Amino acid sequence: MVVTINGRQFEVEQGQTILDVARANDIYIPTLCYLEKVSPIGSCGLCVVEVEGQSEPVQACSTYVEDGMVIITDSPSLFETRRKVLERILERHPLDCPVCDKAGECRLQDLVYEFGLEGRIADHRVGIPRLQEPPVTYSTPGIKYYPSRCVLCQRCVHVCMEHVGRGVLVVNEEGDKARIEPLYADNCISCGECLAVCPVGALTENVSPLKARPWQKKVVRTVCPYCGVGCVLELNVARNKVVKVTVDDTIPPNHGTLCVKGRFGFEFINSEERLKKPLLRKNGEFQEVSWEEALDFVADKLSSIKSEAGSDAIAGLASAKCTNEDNYVFQKFMRAVIGTNNVDHCARL
Amino acid sequence: MAGLAATLGSGAMTNSLGDIEEAEVIFLVGSNTTENHPVLGMKLRRLARYEGKKFIVADPRKIELAELATLYLPIRPGTDIALINGMMHVILREGWHDQEFIQEQTEGFEEFRKVVEKYTPEYVESITGVPASDIEQAAKLYGTAQRASIIYCMGITQHTKGTDNVKSLANLALLCGNIGKPGTGINPLRGQNNVQGACDMGGLPATFPGYQAVTNEELRKKFERAWGVSLPSNVGLTVVEMGDAAVDGRLKALYVMGENPVLSDPNLHHLEEALSKLELLVVQDIFFNDTCKYAHVVLPSACFAEKDGTFTNTERRVQRVRKALDPPGDAKDDWWIISEVARRMGYEMNYGSAEEIFEELRTVTPQYAGITYQRLEKQGIQWPCPTEDHPGTPILHVGKIARGKGLFTPIEYRPAAEQPDEEYSFVMMTGRSYYHYHTGTMTRKCVVCNYFVPEPYLEMNPEDAGELGIEDGNIVKVLSRRGEIELKVKLTPRVKRGEVFSTFHFSEARVNLLTGASFDPICKIPEFKVTAVRVVKP
Repeated sequence: MVVTINGRQFEVEQGQTILDVARANDIYIPTLCYLEKVSPIGSCGLCVVEVEGQSEPVQACSTYVEDGMVIITDSPSLFETRRKVLERILERHPLDCPVCDKAGECRLQDLVYEFGLEGRIADHRVGIPRLQEPPVTYSTPGIKYYPSRCVLCQRCVHVCMEHVGRGVLVVNEEGDKARIEPLYADNCISCGECLAVCPVGALTENVSPLKARPWQKKVVRTVCPYCGVGCVLELNVARNKVVKVTVDDTIPPNHGTLCVKGRFGFEFINSEERLKKPLLRKNGEFQEVSWEEALDFVADKLSSIKSEAGSDAIAGLASAKCTNEDNYVFQKFMRAVIGTNNVDHCARL
Repeated sequence: MAGLAATLGSGAMTNSLGDIEEAEVIFLVGSNTTENHPVLGMKLRRLARYEGKKFIVADPRKIELAELATLYLPIRPGTDIALINGMMHVILREGWHDQEFIQEQTEGFEEFRKVVEKYTPEYVESITGVPASDIEQAAKLYGTAQRASIIYCMGITQHTKGTDNVKSLANLALLCGNIGKPGTGINPLRGQNNVQGACDMGGLPATFPGYQAVTNEELRKKFERAWGVSLPSNVGLTVVEMGDAAVDGRLKALYVMGENPVLSDPNLHHLEEALSKLELLVVQDIFFNDTCKYAHVVLPSACFAEKDGTFTNTERRVQRVRKALDPPGDAKDDWWIISEVARRMGYEMNYGSAEEIFEELRTVTPQYAGITYQRLEKQGIQWPCPTEDHPGTPILHVGKIARGKGLFTPIEYRPAAEQPDEEYSFVMMTGRSYYHYHTGTMTRKCVVCNYFVPEPYLEMNPEDAGELGIEDGNIVKVLSRRGEIELKVKLTPRVKRGEVFSTFHFSEARVNLLTGASFDPICKIPEFKVTAVRVVKP
């Protein structure tokens, strides 16, 4: 099958949408509700394109290619249609960007900027200047929900139903009153997938008290410290604190999915209860000591036990929570320095 | 692990997490994946709900995936072998086994066949409590599938016959030729983020890194050359043996890195006696955990977010851990602390970075030989990866089983070591909650986790509770032959009558004061899944 997009021909396969083909060939079609991991939602109408022989523009995300299709992705009239879509959204979306968590990484902000809506907003023709309603209760305390910022794209509804398989969220009511509601809150497992896919600041992270804009954060890809699935995640760090966890959809094994622990279980890292100094028991009480003193004590004591009672009087527990490098060095220490194979860890527990 | 190593030649998950999608039928046994491996649990839920994958779920508790399963087998705790033997009996009777595979790739089939003969569905029903007709159907589902995958976890291994349970599952996979192909295999899920890696790296009393036996002279010589010292040839002590050795005075010093045995280990009164007898207990951790109370020295270490290094996940995928922030106060990398102690004891360990250590370990660990930090930059690599141009190994045993021939093992059902009696009439199982992790040192400091599960609890069947006059939310005393604790009752029909369930996350109600009657004789895993207890209203 061959289709023509903006005058160029492309080899395509049955079952591909116009958007699939465009994306595969670096042709830009603006989208808002589209989400690769769920079926096309088609709620925003931003991805409209012209197809020869069709009187009205069609949605690229949910229109499948046909042999010989001739498609135009950009034209003055498409620009106008898309701009109207954005203006319609702005009729109910507050422009409280300075206080919104999402500023700087907001899809709507990007689009409004891209479509040059400055004049319309300045004239007060579109856009509500401030937040109309405080956050309301959501199905998990990990997430703050601002209904008035919601653009009803329904990404959250679809991802919860199709991807997580929970179906916590529904669109309640119709027309102007329509909003997302966690109607089946009992099904919620706080995985935060809805938070991750929200393109605006309707759903925001509610764990870290410290906030930072994207350009103030360092994003470091690493591996979750909890179960054996070993999900890849990104720690968002500002001022030496974790402020948020994000994920890259393209990396195995989790391809962008996390559970409650991976997404919201990071407070222990910056906990005040973390050990900060070596502690040595003196007269029954722990006292903070220098590394020199602590290490000398451990080495001297181990050496004397080794020489008096033998290497096998010493044992060590390696750790399923430490790195391979830590564990390698630990068992090497037990075997080569202490001289015993008394090394094990909690694999069985 | 010991069970798979003996039968197949490698103790790890044979297939990959992504590969499970290729299966027609998934036999999930002893794994509450939804709560313990949540992201995989979500995938299984999706496969069951939307993609029509057939699931056989065997578990004493009616876990969430049981509700979506094609067939749910509510077995009595500790009767897995009987169930599996029963399924294999039917498969053999109906001729659903893979004769060609058995002939070419396995050994020990005839002896095995004889043992399975007497496990008729009716006999198995009498042991497991699962109706004979359901055993027939389970056998049909697994036995007639083109590709069937077995997934298991601690519900299989934490028994006195954990090793035999695993060997039974290996028998089943071998019988139907479900090894070495996409969508098949036998897949143990590792509980903690780097259990696989800690085992790979030789954090075990019998093996050097890469599962190379300490008793093998040639391998030992290799490590002696690499490390420049002579090395001991006797197999060391396991965790539980360390406790015994400390109690009777043979063990004088214990160095604990990143573990909290005072919550996670069985039979805690015994362990606490052991720890208090030590001349030296060093605890190296990120928090002052319960084990620190017995320590002479506590050393502060960096947590995962403050470290460079690698973790190896349950599917043997080696992945990069990257330093995102600085550790608090004077906390240091675990490897740095160990190296400094080694240096003071006259052995130089001059590592400048985690990568330098990795470069050393891959020279002595054949499975990791081809992996470099550079190759891990974008995504992880699954071992074995013998050379730098090797892509890694998503599926083990392709074309040929690692051991040479897959070994059938004749295994008879034996009851769990501790059976309920008049005094201790309930069987208690332990495990984890979705919202917490292991001994809770991390998750209990997290608001969202504590919001949903703030305190320890005991799951109990409403009918049992009714008979004892216990109501939802009551505090009850739970006693075993080894200890007692108090727990809040959560009534739920997901536990059967005569069974109760609790978790080991909570230091205020340490469930492991009750556990630990006995261990698997081969891999020394404690029988956490069967403890006879009494529940009383105080």
